[in-house]
Amino acid sequence: MSLWRQVTRGLRGLADRSRADQDAEDEVGHYLEQATADHLARGLSPEAARRAARLELGSVAAATEELRSYGWERAVDAVAADLRHAARRLRMEPGFTVVTILTLALGIGASTAIMSAVGPILFRSLPYPDANRIMAVWDVGSEGLPVETTFNTHRELRARTTAFDALAVFRPWQPTLTGSREPEQLEGQRVSWEFLRVLGVLPALGRDFDATDDRGGAAGVVVLSDGLWRRRFGADPAIIGRSVTLSDESYLVVGVMPRQFENVLAPAAELWTPLRYEPGEGRAWGHHLRMIGRLRPGESRDGAARDLAAIAGNPVPDFPRVAWAALDRGLSVTSLHEDLTRAARPALLALLGAATLLLVIACVNVANLLLARHARRRDEFALRATLGAGAGRLLRQAVTESLFLAGLGGAAGIALAVLGVRVLIALSPPELPRLSVVGLDTSVLVFAIGLTVLVGLVLGVIPARAAARMDAGGSRPATRHVVRSAGPARALLIVAQVALALVLLVCSGLLLRSMQRLLRMEPGFDADRRLAMQIRASGVRYADPDAARRYFGNVLEAVRSVPGVAAATLTSQLPLSGDLALYGVRIDPPVRDDQGEAGGTFRYAVSPGYFEAMGIPLRQGRLLDTGDRTDGVPVAVVSESFARRRLPNVDPLGRQVSIGDSEPFTIVGVVGDVRQVSLALSETDAAYITLDQGGSRDLTLSLIVRTDGNVSALADRVRQAVWSVDKDQPVVRVATMESLLSASGAERRFALVVFQAFALAALTLAAAGLYGMLSGSVAERTREIGVRAALGASPFRILALIVRQGMTPTVVGIGAGLVGAALTTRALTTMLFGTSPLDPATFLAVVALLLVVALVACAVPAWRAARVHPASPLRAE
Amino acid sequence: MTEPNTDVIQGTLDMLILKTLSLTPMHGFGIARRIEQISRSVFKVNPGSLLVALQRLERAGWLDAEWRRTDHGRRARFYSLTRAGHKQLDLETADWTRRVSAVARLLKAEG
Repeated sequence: MSLWRQVTRGLRGLADRSRADQDAEDEVGHYLEQATADHLARGLSPEAARRAARLELGSVAAATEELRSYGWERAVDAVAADLRHAARRLRMEPGFTVVTILTLALGIGASTAIMSAVGPILFRSLPYPDANRIMAVWDVGSEGLPVETTFNTHRELRARTTAFDALAVFRPWQPTLTGSREPEQLEGQRVSWEFLRVLGVLPALGRDFDATDDRGGAAGVVVLSDGLWRRRFGADPAIIGRSVTLSDESYLVVGVMPRQFENVLAPAAELWTPLRYEPGEGRAWGHHLRMIGRLRPGESRDGAARDLAAIAGNPVPDFPRVAWAALDRGLSVTSLHEDLTRAARPALLALLGAATLLLVIACVNVANLLLARHARRRDEFALRATLGAGAGRLLRQAVTESLFLAGLGGAAGIALAVLGVRVLIALSPPELPRLSVVGLDTSVLVFAIGLTVLVGLVLGVIPARAAARMDAGGSRPATRHVVRSAGPARALLIVAQVALALVLLVCSGLLLRSMQRLLRMEPGFDADRRLAMQIRASGVRYADPDAARRYFGNVLEAVRSVPGVAAATLTSQLPLSGDLALYGVRIDPPVRDDQGEAGGTFRYAVSPGYFEAMGIPLRQGRLLDTGDRTDGVPVAVVSESFARRRLPNVDPLGRQVSIGDSEPFTIVGVVGDVRQVSLALSETDAAYITLDQGGSRDLTLSLIVRTDGNVSALADRVRQAVWSVDKDQPVVRVATMESLLSASGAERRFALVVFQAFALAALTLAAAGLYGMLSGSVAERTREIGVRAALGASPFRILALIVRQGMTPTVVGIGAGLVGAALTTRALTTMLFGTSPLDPATFLAVVALLLVVALVACAVPAWRAARVHPASPLRAE
Repeated sequence: MTEPNTDVIQGTLDMLILKTLSLTPMHGFGIARRIEQISRSVFKVNPGSLLVALQRLERAGWLDAEWRRTDHGRRARFYSLTRAGHKQLDLETADWTRRVSAVARLLKAEG
C-alpha cells in the first residue's frame, strides 16, 4: 500500500512537475493565510498579523522549497538536471566529446572483444569430465619437435604404462556413405578402442567400443555423432544394430554420441570406427597416429612423463622396436588443452597484450583530453565557485560529466565489442582451436561495464579535485598563472602516450615484415595456375591393387584430355596440405653411423611427370619416368636436404634406401627442396618413388593439374573427367595451389590484420592526443604569445617555441618507447619469421612515423600561434 | 533566563499529527494550532516540518489528502486518517505510553 503510494505519487510528481510545484506553493500559501487570519482574529492589525504569520512560518520560499524537495523523485530530478547540464556542456564542445567517446569506445571495445575471443580459448577447460587429466602424447622427432606416433608404440605404452587409465591413438577417416540417398563423403576418425574412454564421454545410445572391436579381423562397427544420426537417419533409435555402408564396406552401428558431445580433436568428425590394426602390418610402424591418454586419478603430468620416459628408455623383448620408432628421444606429455592451444598461444597472448596496451593508450588520451578541457574551463569553474557553488556541487557536476562521457563511450565500446567478436571469428584461421566457444559472454559484458564505470570515476576525479582546489581559492577567479600547473602532468601523459604507441607500432611493424618475408619465401614448387584435388579408389572393387592402379591411370588419361589442361599428375601427399606422414629411412650400406638421428622423411608416391607438373627442379641424375614400373628396378628420387643430411660427402646416386618397411630403392636423382609442412618450417627430407613401385597402399591421391588458362574455371571439367571414369568416387579438397600457399600463412596473417588494426588505432589516438594537447596549450597561451609578439618576437620564433614545446615530450616518449619495445618484442619471437625482434629497419621506420605525426600535430597549432595578432589577446580580456 | 523549549519532542510529531486527525479531518494550519492549543502552548509546531511530515505520512498511506476550495477561493489541502493510520496511531500510542511510564519509573526510583 505505502510502497504503491510512494511509487505512484513519485511518478505523478515526475510526470507533472509544475503541478507538484503548484501544490507545494498552495499549501504553504494557505498556511500563511490561515495564520494571518488567526492573528487578525486575536486582535492584531492586518499589517502586524501578516508579519507575525511570516515570522511563524520562517522564509516562505524556504518552506516551499523544503516541501517541494520531498520525495525520491526529487533526487531523480537532481541527477537528471546534472545530466542535462552535462549533455549541454558536451554539446558545446562537439570536437572534444566525439574524440573522447571514440577513444573510450576504441579502448573498451577492443579490449572486450579480445577478452571475449581469447579468454575462452586460452583459459576455459575442455568440455570433458576431469578434462585436466587428459594428456596429449607425442613421439619426439629429430629436431626435438613433436611427431605423430606409431600403432606399435601405442601398443607397447598401453601394455606397460601405470600412469594412465586409458590411452588411445587416432587418425582421420573419410568414408563415403552410400545407401538409399546420394553418396556423401563424411569426416570421421579411426580410433583405438579406448578413445571415448579417454575423453570420458560415452554414447548416449548403444555401447562404447570394446577391445574385441579393435582387432585385425573384427567386423566393422561404427559410432555416429548426434548430428549425423539426425541428418541421415531421422534420429531413429532403432539404428543401433543396423548396418550402414561406408566405402563399400558394411559397418554395424553400435552407438550414437550425446548431442552436446564436442570433439576438440576433430571438430568436423561425425563418426568413429576402431583402427583394427595388427602389430605385424607395415602401417603399424607408420608415424601417422596422434595419441591421447587419461591419467589415473591422483597421477600428475610429470609423473606420467617420468613413467613414459622410463618405458621409452627400457625396451623389453616382448615389444621389439624398429629404428625409426625406437623412442630414443623419449616422449612428450602435455595436457591436451595446452597441446591444442600451443600453436595459437603466442598469437593470442600477443593479442591480449595489444588490447591492454590500446586500453591504456585510450585512458591516457582521455585523461589528457579532460585535463586540457579542464584548463579551458577554469574560468567557468572559478566563476561558479565565486557565485556560491559548493565544492561538493562542483565535484558532483564534474563526476557526473565524466561518468556520462564514460557511459556513452562504454555503450559505443560494447557495440564495437559485439562487432569485433564477429569480425574476429570471421577473420580467424580455421585451425584456431575451440572457435566454437568464442562469443561475447555475460561475464565479459560485466567486465566491460565495470571497466567503463572505473574509467569514468578515475577520469572524473582529476578535474573534480582540481575544481575543489579552485573552490578554496575561489575569491580569485580567472587567474591565468594557474594554467601552467597542469603543464608537467600533461607533458608526462604525452610521453606515456608516445611510448605506448611506439611499442604497439613496433610490434605490428615486426609482424608485417615477417609476413612479407614469409610471402616472399619460395615454396620450392610453382603454385601459379595449378589446381589440386583429392581423389580416391575406395570400395571393394579396388581391393585388387591392379584395379586401383588401372583406375588411377584412366583418371589421369581422362583429365589430360580435358581442354585447357597442360599437365596432370598424381601424388600420395600434397605439400602444405596438412596431412603428411613421416616414414623411417634406412640406407644400406649406411653412410652415417647415427642414421636414426636424421629422423623420418616424407614419402611421396607420384606418377611420372610429377616434378614437371609441379615445377620442382632437377639438381642431379634423372627424374622418375614412365619406364619405372612394377617390373623395373625400384628407383627413388630424393630431395637436396635428404642427400645433404643422410648422404654427406658422397655421391647419392646409386645408393640403396628403404622407406618404412619397403624393399630398397636405388637413388637415381636429386631434386630441389619443397616447403612441405608450412612455409615457415625448415624443410624436412623427401623421397619420391613412382606409384607403380610404391605398392598398393596408396588409395587416396592428390591430383594436380596445371593449366595455361583460368584455373578456377577448370575445376568443374576436371571433376567431371574423374567421374567419367567412376561416378561413385568422391572428389574433395579442391583448391588452387595458390590458396594452399596463402593458407599456410593464415595464422600469421590473422595476427597481422589484428595488429595492424591496433597499430592504426594507436597511431590515431597518439596523433589526436598530441594535437589536442598542443592546440589546447596554444589556445591557453594566446595572451602570452600575443605579448611576445607585441614585444617583437618574430612569427618564426613563436613557431619554433610551440614546436619545441610539443616535440620535447615526444622525443622523451620515443626514448622510453624504444626501451619498452626492445623488452616487449622478445615475447613475439615465436611469431616472427626471418626477422629479428630488434629489427633496426622496423624500429627506425616507426620512430620516423611518430616524429612526422608529432610534427604535423605541432605544426597546425604552431602555425595558428605564429599568426596571433599582438592585440587580439588584450581584446579577449 | 532562557525561553522555555517549545520544540516538539523528537519522534513524536507523527503521533501528534495522527492523534489530532483522529478526531476530525483538517488542514495543515489547523493541525498546528490544535497541537498548540491542546498542549497549552508547550509545543509549537514548526510549519515547515509539519508540512513535510504530512507529505511523508500521506506517502506512507496513513493519511488521505484532499484538495478543497476555501471560501476565499484558495486551494486548501485537507487531511484525514486512513484505517492504516488508525492502526499506526494505536501502535505509536502504546509504544509511547510504555516508554513514558518507563522514564517515569526511572525518575521516581531512589538510590
